[in-house]
Amino acid sequence: MHEPWIFIAFLLPIGFILPAVTILFNRLLAPRRPNKIKDSTYECGIETVGETWVQLKGQYYIFGLIFLIFDIEAVFLFPWAVAYDKLQLYMVLEGVLFILILAGGLLYAWRRGALEWV
Amino acid sequence: MGDPFSLIANWLLDLLVGFGLELEFTKVLLKFLGAGLMGTVAMLLMLFTIWLERKIVARIQDRLGPNRVGPYGIFQTVADLLKLLTKEVLVPSGADRFVFIIAPMLVVMSVVGLWAVVPFAPTLFGTDVNVGVLYLVSIGSIGTLGIMMAGLSSNNKFALLGAFRTVAMMLSYAVPMILALLVPTMLAGSMGLVDIVEAQSSMWFVVLAPVTTLIFFISSIAEVGRAPFDLLEADSEIVAGFHIEYSGLSFGMFFVAEFLHAFTISALTATLFFGGWQGPGAEAYPILGFIYFLIKTGLVYFVVIWFRGTFPRIRIDQLNTLNWKLLVPLGLAAVVFTAVIDKWAAEQDLSRVLMHLAGNALLVVLTLFALRAYARSARKKEEAIRSELMKPSHVSGAGD
Amino acid sequence: MTGLQIVFIAVGVITFAAAVMVVVSRNLVHAALWLILALAGVAVLFVILEAGFLAIVQVAVYIDAIAILIIVTVMLTRHAMRDDEPQLNKTWIWSALAAILLFGGLLFLFNQVPDLVAQAAPLVETDDTYLEILGKSLVDVDRFVIPFEVASVLLLAAMIGAIVVARPPSSSSQEGGQE
Repeated sequence: MHEPWIFIAFLLPIGFILPAVTILFNRLLAPRRPNKIKDSTYECGIETVGETWVQLKGQYYIFGLIFLIFDIEAVFLFPWAVAYDKLQLYMVLEGVLFILILAGGLLYAWRRGALEWV
Repeated sequence: MGDPFSLIANWLLDLLVGFGLELEFTKVLLKFLGAGLMGTVAMLLMLFTIWLERKIVARIQDRLGPNRVGPYGIFQTVADLLKLLTKEVLVPSGADRFVFIIAPMLVVMSVVGLWAVVPFAPTLFGTDVNVGVLYLVSIGSIGTLGIMMAGLSSNNKFALLGAFRTVAMMLSYAVPMILALLVPTMLAGSMGLVDIVEAQSSMWFVVLAPVTTLIFFISSIAEVGRAPFDLLEADSEIVAGFHIEYSGLSFGMFFVAEFLHAFTISALTATLFFGGWQGPGAEAYPILGFIYFLIKTGLVYFVVIWFRGTFPRIRIDQLNTLNWKLLVPLGLAAVVFTAVIDKWAAEQDLSRVLMHLAGNALLVVLTLFALRAYARSARKKEEAIRSELMKPSHVSGAGD
Repeated sequence: MTGLQIVFIAVGVITFAAAVMVVVSRNLVHAALWLILALAGVAVLFVILEAGFLAIVQVAVYIDAIAILIIVTVMLTRHAMRDDEPQLNKTWIWSALAAILLFGGLLFLFNQVPDLVAQAAPLVETDDTYLEILGKSLVDVDRFVIPFEVASVLLLAAMIGAIVVARPPSSSSQEGGQE
């Protein structure tokens, strides 16, 4: 039962450790001369003013939220798609209704101007 | 003789069991070796693909590309790697050390993890989880997380802004990608990639769902962050975005991850829509299947490079409009059309291929009509603004 | 001690430690990152319980959408990067004690159930088709079609509610664009 996942359980840590080893190699081979100017924040040659936080626009939140809604919708739709071969037409139409309700939500967001990059 | 993969695997298994290890442990050990091999090959493949890409983009731009280091410049990437190896690894002052260092590793991990489920040949694949398609989506988005961590920990305003813009773009374009992935799942009746490839033995899915193929291809290119969607690495825009403060091989890892991701999505498009290893004689001789897979992936990768060399960069508001107003509704419509047509064609006993092609053609025609209407309304709005500006009572020029 | 048990204990310890760090961490952004580790640990636990689909859903929804949304929300506040105060007040030892007692009580209650084992009950069919069973039951009129459609209405309500609350200040009727 767990057999398909063992390979993934090996590949993901290996995928993490390979770049780690490479970067470690780099740290060993490269010179290390820390210098206050070199380590300071980069801003095209001038000094940074103020703290480094930037208060983000609300637009990022809306994009993230719409992605979340569509992600959850996809989680519901994938089992429906897997069982598609064995469904009858009315069952397929129920899934289509699900999609249409959410498409209505997207339409609302569009008309409200929530999708503009303001 | 046509199946070297099973031959090698069985020979190794017998060899290790002959050393006295028990069977279960040997199988797990073989998987570990396989995973190590896959990770190493993925990283080493980059040495070749980066050179290939630079050469092809150069030819498209009417220049030669790297041609000094080795014959035809083949060792250029090795030289770049050696150069990056000797650069000092800077961690900027005030940066979050731990998060800063592990961010590139997370990004590479997410891309290497994608290779676990791709079937290269009938008997050569990493693993056959039955949730392969959703696995692709979820592991791919871990890279998004890594980019956000890189930007957050850099203690740099540009990096922060660039990281959040990148993450917003990747989240936005993940939506049509997920919707497009529903269609092969429906047509094959399973989420596992091995099943999807086997279901394409009669007809590739690109014939049954061309619009979906295009949606998946475009949104994958945007997910990778390549041209024409490479707004966030543009030097003139935001000075390299989220990886400003990275140097040496930490930066090299981001670079490698991006190119590897581009190659991976070519492989995924070939697997999901162009039949993977399917081809004449592939079932009998798996080595042929592997060659077909490589050829298809290479062709799709060439188209990706072609896009890069040809299209100008998209502006960020055009990016968002393209996604939310074109790709997402088109993706939803494609899923609905495919679902209804397939069932309806099966019930009416009509030819599946023709009905799907007709449905997609209808979708394209509807989209063209919608685009024309949208362009007309945008033009009208622009003319309204312009006639406002031309009025003599306007003293100061309004912003555009 | 089989390999599976070792993996379970290791993952459990990591998840627990990450969860504690979420509560105790001084920096909001660090807390969000520890949360991601805890959620990943839960995903591995799902795999150990042979619920592969749920593990992938956990990663796809929680880590890829909700965790990123939490970090974006944290960055929307004014003092996110500066937040550095200790998170524990004077009575933290009592609340920790209450949590441990609650955990112990739950364990005791679970032990009272006669047939409780850690092994998942086998499905009637093989697990190759459990996704199909799930998909069919989602649209089957006798089973879960009403909750399925209600879920979509709920998601619609969430989207509309969030857009009403977080709407960008300029509506779409304004023509002069501003950055």
